[in-house]
Amino acid sequence: MYSAIVFLPLLGFLIAGGLGRVIGARSCEIVTTAFLMLGMVLSWIAFFQVGYGHQGAELVDLAPWFISGGLRVEWALRIDTLTVVMLVVVNTVSALVHLYSIGYMADDPSRPRFFAYLSLFTFAMLMLVTADNLVQMFFGWEGVGLASYLLIGFWYDRPSANAAAIKAFIVNRIGDFGFALGIFLVFTLFSSIAFNDIFARAPEIAKGSFHFLGFDWPPLTLACLLLFMGAMGKSAQFLLHTWLPDAMEGPTPVSALIHAATMVTAGVFMVARLSPLFEQAPFAQTAVLVIGAITAFFAATIGLVQNDIKRVIAYSTCSQLGYMFVGLGAGAYSIGIFHLFTHAFFKALLFLGAGSVIVAMHHEQDMRKMGGLWKSIPFTGAMMVVGTLALTGFPFTAGFYSKDAIIQAAYVSDREGHVFAFLCTAIAALMTAFYSWRLVFMTFSGPPHWAEAEAHAQDISDAHKPQAGTAFAPAADTSHEHGHGPVHPHESPLVMLVPLAVLALGALAAGFLFKGVFFGDAAEHFWNGSLVFKDEIVKRIEEVPFLVEHTALLMMILGSALAYWFYIVNPSLPGRLAAANPILYRFLLNKWYFDEIYDFLFVRPAKAIGRFLWKEGDGRLIDGFGPDGVSARVIDVARGAVRLQSGYLYHYAFAMLIGVAGFITYFIVMGAR
Amino acid sequence: MPGVLSGLLILPLIGSALILFVRGEDEAALSNIRYIALLTTLVTFLLSLIAWWQFDPANSAFQLVEQASWVSSSITFKLGVDGYSLPFVILTTFLMPFCILASWHSIERRVREYMVAFLILETLMIGVFVSLDLVLFYLFFEGGLVPMFLIIGIWGGERRIYASFKFFLYTFLGSVLLLVAVMAMYKSAGTTDIAALLTHRFDPSLQKWLWLAFFASFAVKMPMWPVHTWLPDAHVEAPTAGSVILAGILLKMGGYGFIRFSLPMFPDASHYFAPLIYALSIIAIIYTSLVALMQEDMKKLIAYSSVAHMGFVTMGLFSMTAQGIEGAMFQMVSHGLVSGALFLCVGVVYDRTHTRQIAAYGGLVHRMPLYAAAFMIFTLANIGLPGTSGFIGEFLSLLGTFRANSWVAFFATFGVILSAAYALWLYRKIIFGKLVKPELMGMLDLSAREIWIMAPLAALVIFYGVRPGVVLDAFSAPTEALLKTTGLALGAVKSAALMAP
Repeated sequence: MYSAIVFLPLLGFLIAGGLGRVIGARSCEIVTTAFLMLGMVLSWIAFFQVGYGHQGAELVDLAPWFISGGLRVEWALRIDTLTVVMLVVVNTVSALVHLYSIGYMADDPSRPRFFAYLSLFTFAMLMLVTADNLVQMFFGWEGVGLASYLLIGFWYDRPSANAAAIKAFIVNRIGDFGFALGIFLVFTLFSSIAFNDIFARAPEIAKGSFHFLGFDWPPLTLACLLLFMGAMGKSAQFLLHTWLPDAMEGPTPVSALIHAATMVTAGVFMVARLSPLFEQAPFAQTAVLVIGAITAFFAATIGLVQNDIKRVIAYSTCSQLGYMFVGLGAGAYSIGIFHLFTHAFFKALLFLGAGSVIVAMHHEQDMRKMGGLWKSIPFTGAMMVVGTLALTGFPFTAGFYSKDAIIQAAYVSDREGHVFAFLCTAIAALMTAFYSWRLVFMTFSGPPHWAEAEAHAQDISDAHKPQAGTAFAPAADTSHEHGHGPVHPHESPLVMLVPLAVLALGALAAGFLFKGVFFGDAAEHFWNGSLVFKDEIVKRIEEVPFLVEHTALLMMILGSALAYWFYIVNPSLPGRLAAANPILYRFLLNKWYFDEIYDFLFVRPAKAIGRFLWKEGDGRLIDGFGPDGVSARVIDVARGAVRLQSGYLYHYAFAMLIGVAGFITYFIVMGAR
Repeated sequence: MPGVLSGLLILPLIGSALILFVRGEDEAALSNIRYIALLTTLVTFLLSLIAWWQFDPANSAFQLVEQASWVSSSITFKLGVDGYSLPFVILTTFLMPFCILASWHSIERRVREYMVAFLILETLMIGVFVSLDLVLFYLFFEGGLVPMFLIIGIWGGERRIYASFKFFLYTFLGSVLLLVAVMAMYKSAGTTDIAALLTHRFDPSLQKWLWLAFFASFAVKMPMWPVHTWLPDAHVEAPTAGSVILAGILLKMGGYGFIRFSLPMFPDASHYFAPLIYALSIIAIIYTSLVALMQEDMKKLIAYSSVAHMGFVTMGLFSMTAQGIEGAMFQMVSHGLVSGALFLCVGVVYDRTHTRQIAAYGGLVHRMPLYAAAFMIFTLANIGLPGTSGFIGEFLSLLGTFRANSWVAFFATFGVILSAAYALWLYRKIIFGKLVKPELMGMLDLSAREIWIMAPLAALVIFYGVRPGVVLDAFSAPTEALLKTTGLALGAVKSAALMAP
């Protein structure tokens, strides 16, 4: 069964990718979606069997991968509670996204390719979460990176999509640089990369010290920091986050699946999976906590001012990932994973809802051109509101349980920097509520700006072209490319609305249904050693002061009220505020200028150095003093002896053969003696 | 079956003799010549598979040994293979049919001479890997240059004379020193039998000189920085099949030389000079990757990327850890397939448009989806994505190096980021984007012949990525023996490395 869960998407990929043109787009859609649906059902069965049953961790050996010296890497599936939680998340969202895409991509000529990529992604993600060792995890890790690259650049005609795809891959590679070094270090320390061996010996190894780059490090702290670098790249944490907003160039279902619900949470999963290591490395945990807190805060600030509906949600994802890391860093791994679990539902819901809005708006993504959509697309609107409620942590929705628990865990944690993390996450909660409701208000209420656009469609169609800050082409669909023409928002087809409804159900119910097993009374039994579960944190959370307990709720109400004030009661206020604080506004709108700084610090110098080394290093220095220089001198000196410099290769070759002949003669003479 | 190895040497010669017997220059004769060449290389490949089948990978000794008296009692015609050399023999025989196929239509002048040159080159290359006598090795090693000179110089591009001259100048310098070293070794050990030399303990001070002389030759062949500048020019000017052989096999001779001679015969010197190799390898990886980033010519970009990948090989070999050595060897096999395939990919579009300028392309995916898919697979293998053969070599060599010296591994791992940058950039410029250039509008996708070239390579690249054991396990027995006999196993290295107590 477990093999079927993992390999069905691979089969789907091979069928859709290899035979796509033979069997037609419709068959590809049906095959891949059916496989994923089956995978989803099996995953839920596995979830209840492993999580609620008495089944311990199970190891499905597939085959050896490679063996070298003492290094032994196996293809194997590790099935424990942490894995089945991820299986459920990945397969559920993936199956729904497959279904949704049938509607969303209906006009696209490359559907077989799209569905093949989606299934390839799912396969890689499943390999990642079922990995039994670091190298297989790395396989899935880079595999999802590849799928993400392919899907971001799915519309390969757009230069911006190609640029975003490459950016995503390379920034992830920077993270993987750390991940790879982390694996090397783990092997050097443990002589094994299998999880069981590592976890068993972690406390013993933690006591030594390791010399790296001129410093003596506590070995596990170093290993965890390096591995966490990989997690930062994949989960778009502060400093390595720049690829995620650009990744919105991909089709919206991709954003929902990869850049919200699953792939970007791989880093969270990795830290949780390696929790026995991180437990031995308090400094690394603090790093996780602080980076997570900074991300939660900083991404939320940017989300406040973005105008592209997908980018708002992208920054929100970034921020929520920060929350998860705060949970992990605080030592409450199960709570971090719980937020991952609930977040997958409501963030996928928000993205798919946004996709529905975008389809309704004929591939317009600028919220300033929306508004008043309530009447036209009420069902999508309702779903978006559900998602927003869950994201902001409205009582009894999914986010209410998981996010509040993280904020409280940050408060009660005994790690260094936990107060900082508490403040960051609390303020970010306010901002979350603000930007989420801002999105809903700008899109669904107020005067319909698309109606104006309709009136002026003829003369200002060029003005609708992308703005400097938000560079994206209007759509892949060529029929929509030249101006938008009249917009008549319409509700999406049923095949897109059903996934929304299912996810909405999850966004509402996943919290109170599963709170108990994730970090309630049944948690110890549920996790069954698949991650480090510390009862005392949960105990302490129950004893926090009243004000702390309700911080999140308070912030949510405050943020929502502010959004209401800004966008319903007094709609001119945001503009005036931005005008009054131009520097701050520009700073946020331009995403803290990270892209510009990185371009200046890394991209340009790399290119300049590359050109310099090529022209000056290779061209002038090495060739100049090497072959070209030698030949020039030879020509100078022996200008008369042109007959030797015949320039014919035969002659050179012949001269060499004479040399060889002479050499053999020498040996014959030597040998004869 | 005795005589398999000499059979491998003779078969291509028989093929070239047959080609010389074909009369006439008309189309039918040329067609016959092409088919004879293809058939010869295929039969040679099958024979090498027989050799593989007879080979016992668990045994670290030389196998399938043949010996015949030759120059003298101490310089004999001795052939044999071990786990290090056999994979390269098979790689050679495997790549040859693709080279012939890739030259099917693109070579129109002097087809007969071209095919003969290639078949003789095959004999010489196989000879390098199977000879168990130093003199024999030297003959094959240097002899291989002759057909390669001719291939570049006659069938090459516009600046072929410059390129072949540069190629000659570099390799000539190396080979002179190698020759001197061979003579010195004979004088010291009294034999040129490689198996005997492997057990001979050279005086440590002599080792250093010998090591440097061998290094001069192998470093040029690899090529290592700073003697790499011949490679981009040679690749650019060589015909497609020439580039494939150059990248696929000739570059591997340097690495093979290191593992066959420098490491086991001069262990003390290897240990002494390891920091030098590390430094040159790191420079090669980072420097040439940065240079690759700025290239405007497809073949030059891939050539620079080859230099960077060979940096991983030298680094891994001299890490003197099991993973480092095996990873480096695997990297060579994998790179032989991948870079060969990449040059074939360049050849596909070059045959259609006759330009290698990256800027001349764009949006090919619209016209050539199969080509785009194949190119993608090889690009991913080139950047070492797990699941392709490129990953195993890179990962293991870096892992082994990390155990020996974490500084080196730290810097070398930057190559992993840079390789993604230049490879994906190249892919994007050629394959993705809108198809706007009028001269590309009529491009046709892979022909049946080209599919036959691409499909097996792509399949193998992925197969070796998922199940590398087929090749990797062949390296384990000789590596174990090497580390044991030279006493250079990790314990000795560790004390000198940066491990704190």
